[in-house]
Amino acid sequence: MATAYDIAMKTGDFEEDGSAPAVAVENLHKSFESRVVLDGISLSVSRGETLAVLGRSGTGKSVLLRLIIGLEKPDSGSVRIHGQEIVGMALDRMGEIRKKMGFLFQHAALYDSLTVAENVAFSLEHHRRDMSKSERGDRVKHLLAEVGMEGDLDKMPSDISGGMQKRVGLARALALEPEILLLDEPTAGLDPISSGEIDDLVLKLQREHQMASIVVTHDLHSAKTIADRLALLNEGKVIIEGSFAELQQSDIEFVQEFLKQS
Amino acid sequence: MSNREFTSAAGLSPPLPGQRAVPMPSVLSSATGLAGGFFEWFGNLGIFSWQVARAAVTPPFEWRELIRQMDDVGSKSLPLVALAGAAIGAVLSMEARSSLTRFGAKAMLPSAIIYSVVLEMGPIITGLVVSGRVGAGIGAELASMKVTEQIDAIEASAINPYRLLAATRILACILMLPLLTLAADACGVLMGWLTQTLAEPQSLRQFIDSGFRGATFNDLLPPTFKTAVFGLIIGLIACFQGMRTRGGAEGVGRAATNSVVLASLLVILADVVLVKFILVVFP
Repeated sequence: MATAYDIAMKTGDFEEDGSAPAVAVENLHKSFESRVVLDGISLSVSRGETLAVLGRSGTGKSVLLRLIIGLEKPDSGSVRIHGQEIVGMALDRMGEIRKKMGFLFQHAALYDSLTVAENVAFSLEHHRRDMSKSERGDRVKHLLAEVGMEGDLDKMPSDISGGMQKRVGLARALALEPEILLLDEPTAGLDPISSGEIDDLVLKLQREHQMASIVVTHDLHSAKTIADRLALLNEGKVIIEGSFAELQQSDIEFVQEFLKQS
Repeated sequence: MSNREFTSAAGLSPPLPGQRAVPMPSVLSSATGLAGGFFEWFGNLGIFSWQVARAAVTPPFEWRELIRQMDDVGSKSLPLVALAGAAIGAVLSMEARSSLTRFGAKAMLPSAIIYSVVLEMGPIITGLVVSGRVGAGIGAELASMKVTEQIDAIEASAINPYRLLAATRILACILMLPLLTLAADACGVLMGWLTQTLAEPQSLRQFIDSGFRGATFNDLLPPTFKTAVFGLIIGLIACFQGMRTRGGAEGVGRAATNSVVLASLLVILADVVLVKFILVVFP
């Protein structure tokens, strides 16, 4: 099945008219010692689109996100952000690209010595030095209100639940108004109600901010709710990519088994 | 030679009956592995140092974090360093007094105390105390941030962690070690005098005048400023060990221990080299 990325690559559309996909990875390989994690992955996501990456645990979904934001280096292959190759890019130049990206870590990765408000303000303090203290405070309050955490500004990360930490992590990821949002297991470890709330929140943010989003998850229900397209990974390869209906119609045994078990 | 004989001779399977085990290949391979690990560690330290140096000299500078770290390294280490300096001064005074009295050189006591404290005991004690307190603190803090992905989160927020976390801490250690050494020296000299005057009353002014007689800046400044190198070693090793940690709570503990052990060891080795260097350059 030809993916959107394959078509774009063949026509060369995005290179010539400047409408490059927000994220495009091509033939990405990554191994840790002798274990092959990603074995020639190619995917792309355009502005305003949400791609859910599904797969069993340990199939390299989180590694894919870390490669896209440059926290890991691929063994070979290409990662382009708005048409710009980031593989091998210097750390400071990569910083400029990362300002356009928001990342929600699987375990939120909040700074444990800072309060909720300070966590959200952290990147603003470093990158929006033109903002006054009160403007920054207002922006932090607005972001935390968006994720329903406006009443917990002065709490420490250790004093709030896992679901609340993910909300704060999401607010932190949105602080610099990113064009690309990467979400690593946003609903993992949460109860169904909290999962639903996070899904609704992600949908609302996508509608309002028109970001390109990649959501890594093994929660099929969540993927179906928030994603325009789904990509299923197995043994380091994309087995299938398309809408949920296309996945349902697939006659690939692994796809059917995955859908049945999920 | 059969397959079994071949693999046995190569050390890949147990020796055949009646054949002596040949331990050489395993000894050789572990020695090679150890040497490889040693060079890999130094190679990684070199790359880390280059990244920190490059981040430290390019804007934006993290002044606020630097000041916070200077406070953490300096003012929070001061009580311990001062106490260690004072203890050394008191012990030196008691020990030197009995020795010098035996040789009829009691008049040399103030010089013996002051020179011992300022030239060697103050700097090395400060280096070792800070290695323990600050080295373990930085190593454990950064290791904990690393295993909970907080350092990745900083990097993902487009902030250079080498600049924010490592450069500031290393610079704070470099700047604060000489000041802490001055504090340790002052406490050592003061306590040396106090111990001396309890045994045989002498004014502080007389003690200082007599102790520093003939001393020049060349005698006093290089030993104090050599501790900036100790600061570099402590900060660099602790940040390096912390930021390369893997493996949960055990990894954090290992990073803290390794930071202290390696920093203390390298401070002692650096002291030997620097003393020789100072003696050659400032004869």
